[in-house]
Amino acid sequence: MQVQQCNDLCANLKHLEAEAIFVIREVVAQCERPVLLFSGGKDSIVLVELAHRAFAPGRLPFPLLHVDTGHNFAETIEFRDALAVRTGAQMIVRYVQDSIDQGRVVEEQGPNASRNGLQTVTLLDALAEFRFDAALGGARRDEEKARAKERFFSHRNRYGQWEPKQQRPELWNLFNGRKHVDEHFRVFPLSNWTELDIWHYIRSRTIPVPSLYFAHERQVFRRNGVLLAASPFVPRFYGERVEMRQVRFRTVGDITCTGAVESAATTVEEIIVEIAAARVTERAARADDQRAETAMEDRKRQGYF
Amino acid sequence: MDLLRIATAGSVDDGKSTLIGRLLYDSKAIFVDQMQAIERASRQRGDATLDLALLTDGLRAEREQGITIDVAYRYFATPRRKFVIADTPGHIQYTRNMVTGASTAELAIVLIDARRGVLTQSRRHGYLASLLQIPHIVVAVNKMDLVGFDQAVYAAIVANYTAFAAGLALENLHFIPISALQGDNVVEESLRMRWYDGPSLLHYLETVEIGVGRNLTDFRFPVQLAVRPNQDFRGYAGQVASGSIAAGDEVAILPSGLTSRVCSILASGEPAPAASLGDSVVITLEHELDISRGDMIVRKGQLPVVTDRLECTLCWLSEEVLVPSREYLLQHTTHQMRARILCIHHRVDVDTLTHEEAATLTLNEIGQVQIQTARLLFYDPYTANRATGSFILIDPYSHNTVAAGMILASTPPVAAAPARQTSTTANRPRSTNVTWEGETLSRQTREVHNGHLAAVLWLTGLSGAGKSTVARLVEQRLFDLGCQTFYLDGDNVRHGLNGDLGFSAADRKENIRRVAEVARLAFMHGQLAICAFISPFQADRDLARLLIPQGRFLEIYVRCSAEECARRDPKGLYARARRGEIAEFTGISSPYEPPLAPEMVLDTERTAPEEAVSQVLEELVRRRIVKLPMG
Repeated sequence: MQVQQCNDLCANLKHLEAEAIFVIREVVAQCERPVLLFSGGKDSIVLVELAHRAFAPGRLPFPLLHVDTGHNFAETIEFRDALAVRTGAQMIVRYVQDSIDQGRVVEEQGPNASRNGLQTVTLLDALAEFRFDAALGGARRDEEKARAKERFFSHRNRYGQWEPKQQRPELWNLFNGRKHVDEHFRVFPLSNWTELDIWHYIRSRTIPVPSLYFAHERQVFRRNGVLLAASPFVPRFYGERVEMRQVRFRTVGDITCTGAVESAATTVEEIIVEIAAARVTERAARADDQRAETAMEDRKRQGYF
Repeated sequence: MDLLRIATAGSVDDGKSTLIGRLLYDSKAIFVDQMQAIERASRQRGDATLDLALLTDGLRAEREQGITIDVAYRYFATPRRKFVIADTPGHIQYTRNMVTGASTAELAIVLIDARRGVLTQSRRHGYLASLLQIPHIVVAVNKMDLVGFDQAVYAAIVANYTAFAAGLALENLHFIPISALQGDNVVEESLRMRWYDGPSLLHYLETVEIGVGRNLTDFRFPVQLAVRPNQDFRGYAGQVASGSIAAGDEVAILPSGLTSRVCSILASGEPAPAASLGDSVVITLEHELDISRGDMIVRKGQLPVVTDRLECTLCWLSEEVLVPSREYLLQHTTHQMRARILCIHHRVDVDTLTHEEAATLTLNEIGQVQIQTARLLFYDPYTANRATGSFILIDPYSHNTVAAGMILASTPPVAAAPARQTSTTANRPRSTNVTWEGETLSRQTREVHNGHLAAVLWLTGLSGAGKSTVARLVEQRLFDLGCQTFYLDGDNVRHGLNGDLGFSAADRKENIRRVAEVARLAFMHGQLAICAFISPFQADRDLARLLIPQGRFLEIYVRCSAEECARRDPKGLYARARRGEIAEFTGISSPYEPPLAPEMVLDTERTAPEEAVSQVLEELVRRRIVKLPMG
C-alpha cells in the first residue's frame, strides 16, 4: 500500500523528492555539523519530512534550529513544539530578544518596525555557538529574483555573507562541500520546487501544516495594500481600521511583516486550486521584500536566510 | 506531469532574456506584482517600453550593467509539463556559466539574431551543447520582425548553421523562426510567417521527447553513505545514476569486486520492489560487506571501466590558471581523490574548433588532458553515461571548483575487479572449462577514443572479382583518416590460422567460421574489420553476420561476371581450374550463391576500383560509422 502511494507521485514530484533527498544526504556526508533551519513555514516543514525520508529507517542525523523573533504567530510556536515531539527531532530555539538584551542588535523603531532583519545576527550567533558548518534551508529559487541565482550548496564566508559574483559553479549533481574553517554552507534542497509543487507534495504525502495556512476568521487591517494581522507587535497608524475577515496566510513568517490573503480555502485541495489561479506571488504579501528593488539580495549578502 | 530542463544560450543582444520573459508572460507564469515591479524599474531607468529582461536579471550588478552575469533559474508550467530554465549568459567570459547551466539540461535553446546571422558565438554555444551532450538543440532565429519576416533570411541561417552542426555530434537539431519581442511563434503560431509550418517554440518544448540519451541499461549506484540505525539494519543510501535494479538481483561492489544480492530497497523511506535511474533509495544486501561512501554498486557482469588514468575533455572554470604540477581534488560521483594533470594534449579553439598546443588552461578554455588519480575510479564514457562520465576538479587551497571534466577513455587500464561474465552467445562451439574474460575497455570506450564506430565490412564475390584490390584500397583510405583497421584476406588466413583446411564444403564452412570469429574479436576491440573472402554460401555469410550487432555488419557484394573474372585471372587460377588441376573451384566446379540482400553492390565490371572505394567510404559516412574531417 505504501509502495502504491510512492508511485502516485507524479514524475515531476518524484524527481524533486529524489533530488532533495540526494542533496540532504550529501550535506550529511560532506559536512561535520549540519543543522536544519526550521521556520515553521510550509517549506521547512516539507524539508523536515524529506530529511526523515532520506535517513529512514534511521533517525535524523542533525538537529533543527528555530530563530524565534518573539513576534511569531502563536500557531507557529505550537506547531513547532508539536512537530518536535511527533518526529523526535532535537529542536534548538534561539531568541532575537536575547540578541537585543545582549546589545548585539538594536531594535527598529516606528510602526513599520520589524525584527525580520535582526534575525540574521541571532542566526549567525547560533551557528557559531554550535559550530554548525552547514545550514539546510527551505528557500526556493522561484520565490524571488535573487534566490533564482542561488546554488544548492551556497558558500558563506567567515562573516556568514553571500558573495553573488563569487559563486562556485555547480555542475551535474556534483556538490562541492569543501570550505575553510569558520566558513559555512547554506544548502537549499528545495531549490527547484515551486509553491505549487510544495502544496502538491503536502497533499500526496499527507503532511500536517499549521492552521494559519487555511482560511479562518481573523482581526486584520490594511497597510500599503497588504493585509496585516492585528497584534500588539504592530502599532497602528491613525485611521487604520481593524476588521474581521476570512483570511489565510500564503507564507508564514514574522507577524509584523506577513500579510494575509482573503480566502475561503479550508483544505489542501482548495489551496492548490486557489494558487493555480493566483495572479500575484506569495512574496507580494511580504512587507520585507517591498522595501527596495534588491531588498532580498541586500539581506542575503549580510547573511540572511 | 513531467519535467523538462532547458538551458538558454545567447547574449542580451540576441533577445534571450526577452524570450524567457515572453515565455513566462504568455504562459501566464508572471504574476501581477512581478509585472508591476518591472514596470517600476523600467520607468525609473527611463525606458519607454516594458523591459522583460528585468524579470530574469535579478542581481544588482546585472541591472546596472544591463547584462546577465550568473545562471538564473526560472520555472513555469503548462498543463502538459513543468519547465526549469537555466538562463545562462552568452558572452565568452561566461562560458563557465553556460557549462554550469547546460550540465543538467535536456534541451538547449540557442538564439540567433536574424539580422546578424550565425555568429562565432552561436557556433560556440552549439559546440558547448554538443560537448555536454544535450540531447535536443533548438535554434531560435529571433528578431524576424526586424527582417520583415523574410523566409530567405531564415533559410540562409538554417543552411549555414546546419552545415556547421554537421561537424558536431548534434543529433536532434531543430529550427524555429520567432520574434520574442512581438511574440511570433513563441507561444502562438505566427500569422506573419505562414511559410513556416512547424510548431511554435512552446509547443515544441511541450512535445519534445524526454529521456533521450538516458542510460537505462547499466546499473550504477554510487554509495552516498551507509545507514545503520541499529545492529539489525545496514543499508546503503544513494541515487541511482543509471539503469535499474530489483530485489534479488546479483550485484558487484567496486572497488572490492565482491558480489552479493539485493535484499531490500527503500525508496524515499518506503519499501519498493525495484529502483531505477534518478531514484533516491537505500539498498540492503544479503551479505555483510564493508561498503562506504565512494564505493559503487553495479549489476554483476555489467562493470564500468576501472582505472587510475583518465583521458578527458576539461573545461577550466577558474580565474586561477591550471597548474600542471599541482595536485587537485577530483570529485567523481560520491568519490573524492587527489589527482594530477599528466599532460595537456591540446586546447580547443571553441570558435574555430581547431586544436592548439597549450601548456596550461585558463578561465573558459577547453582542452583534452590526461589525468592520473591517486585511487581507482569507476567510470563510463560521458557519451554513454552523463552521471558516471563527469567530474569536477577542486583546488585544494581555495576549495573552489576550478574545472569540469567529461571522460573519454582510459589509458592504460587497470585489471577490472574479478567479477566474471559468462559469454551469452549460444550455439557457438565452446571449449570446456573456460569463461569469457570480461573486458576492461569496452568497445564503446574504444570507439569514443578512436573517433569512429567499429564495423565489419565483408566483401564477397568470385575469385578475381576485385575483392582484395578494393579491400586494400579501402583500408588505406581509412588508415589515412586515422581509423583503426584490421584486414583479413582469404589467401593470407590459409597460410596460418586455417592452414589445416581444404576446400570441401565443410572446410569452407569452417574457414568462414574462424574468420568470422576473428573479425568479431577485432570488432569488439573497436576496429573496422575488412574481410575479403569468396565466401560462396549465403548460410555461412549469415552466420558471420549473426556475430555482429545489427547495422555494423556490411555485406558487400563485389560483382563481376565469371567470364570477366576468367579473363582477368590475376593468379592464373581459372586456367588451372579449367585444366582440372584445382578441385571445387568456385564458379567452375563449385557453386557461388550471390548475396540475397547485401548492404552494397560494387560492380567492378563497370566501375574502376577507386570509384568503388569512394562508394564504400560514402556508405560508411552515411551510416555514421566514420566521420570525414571537417572543412
